[in-house]
Amino acid sequence: MPQASVAMNTRRVNATTSIIDIQGDVSAFAEQVLMSAYNEASTPTTRTIILNFSGLEYMNSSGIGLIVTLLIRVNRQKQRLLAFGLSEHYHHIFELTRLNDAIKIYDSESAALAAA
Amino acid sequence: MTTSPIPTNGQPDEQPRDAAFWSGQVSGLKVSNVPSGALNLNVDGKLVNGPLQGFGQMWQKTYRITLNGASLSAKEVIRVWKEHFPEFWPAGNRFFGPLTGIAPGEVALLNLSMPGGIALSTGVLVLYADEESFTLMTPQGHVFAGWITFSAYEENNSIVVQTQVLMRASDPMYEVGLRFGGHTQENRFWQHTLQSLAAHVQGDTAIPVRMELICVDPRLQWSQAKNIWHNAAMRTAMYKVTAPLRWIQGRKH
Repeated sequence: MPQASVAMNTRRVNATTSIIDIQGDVSAFAEQVLMSAYNEASTPTTRTIILNFSGLEYMNSSGIGLIVTLLIRVNRQKQRLLAFGLSEHYHHIFELTRLNDAIKIYDSESAALAAA
Repeated sequence: MTTSPIPTNGQPDEQPRDAAFWSGQVSGLKVSNVPSGALNLNVDGKLVNGPLQGFGQMWQKTYRITLNGASLSAKEVIRVWKEHFPEFWPAGNRFFGPLTGIAPGEVALLNLSMPGGIALSTGVLVLYADEESFTLMTPQGHVFAGWITFSAYEENNSIVVQTQVLMRASDPMYEVGLRFGGHTQENRFWQHTLQSLAAHVQGDTAIPVRMELICVDPRLQWSQAKNIWHNAAMRTAMYKVTAPLRWIQGRKH
């Protein structure tokens, strides 16, 4: 399988909130990178995971599928998944795939953190 | 930090590379091409439903076939698949594609045969299509809420061709149907499709299909039980049962 062109940086903001900064391409090949980032972000006290999409350069339908499976995993841990940094294009993709029904989208990191 | 190589050509102000590959459609669907013989029910005006809007357990089903020594590239396999998509389906199931072919935002009609001889008229939206993959998303009333991604990639001098379904049964009736034979029928459906594609591009009809079936979420979403209002199987059955009444009304006018 081809290599993913993506980097994910995890930031633990406090005991209950972590941010995953996504830089690059989100496709099926990003699965391992995304799940590793989530494992790093999630601690026993984590209640909110925030995805930072401001570095997103490409996402296909398999990438959207990855976000769905991450959402299920997050919910099973009784955590919430929030997002910010989506461009107009990716905002439309979230609306089209109806991911915005389940993942709250914020305009900025500070707004997402305030809601966390 | 978790990392893989980052592309160097991305510029923040550029339109994303995937922009042309996604459907622009968000509101109700509209079938643009209804060929003669096709039953056009349960599509026009319907919204698409992702796996989050379904009722049943969430499944990720992956079906893969490896073409060894294939003369075509992965992109060529996808081109062939798009061009001949309906031809690879099992008998009794019809895919009436748009005149323009499989392209983002197009809507196709489906006339399916369900277990027990039940006919079902529904459709799909082409959610995403590029040179290496394409994805169909289901509307309200379809058996499942979710999407199916068809893709191909090169691996160890072979071409891996894949169908991946991410789905929940749309409503309680479909969930029962899937648990009692529906999942098995669907597995056979995609196995047949991949083997037909392999036979078309390589002439080999006996390549085994590898299946990976993962229950991503075993819970039912009772808040989505109301989806049964749109159930295309029940609506198609109702349409067929009332056909004589429509025929009589037509003769009176």
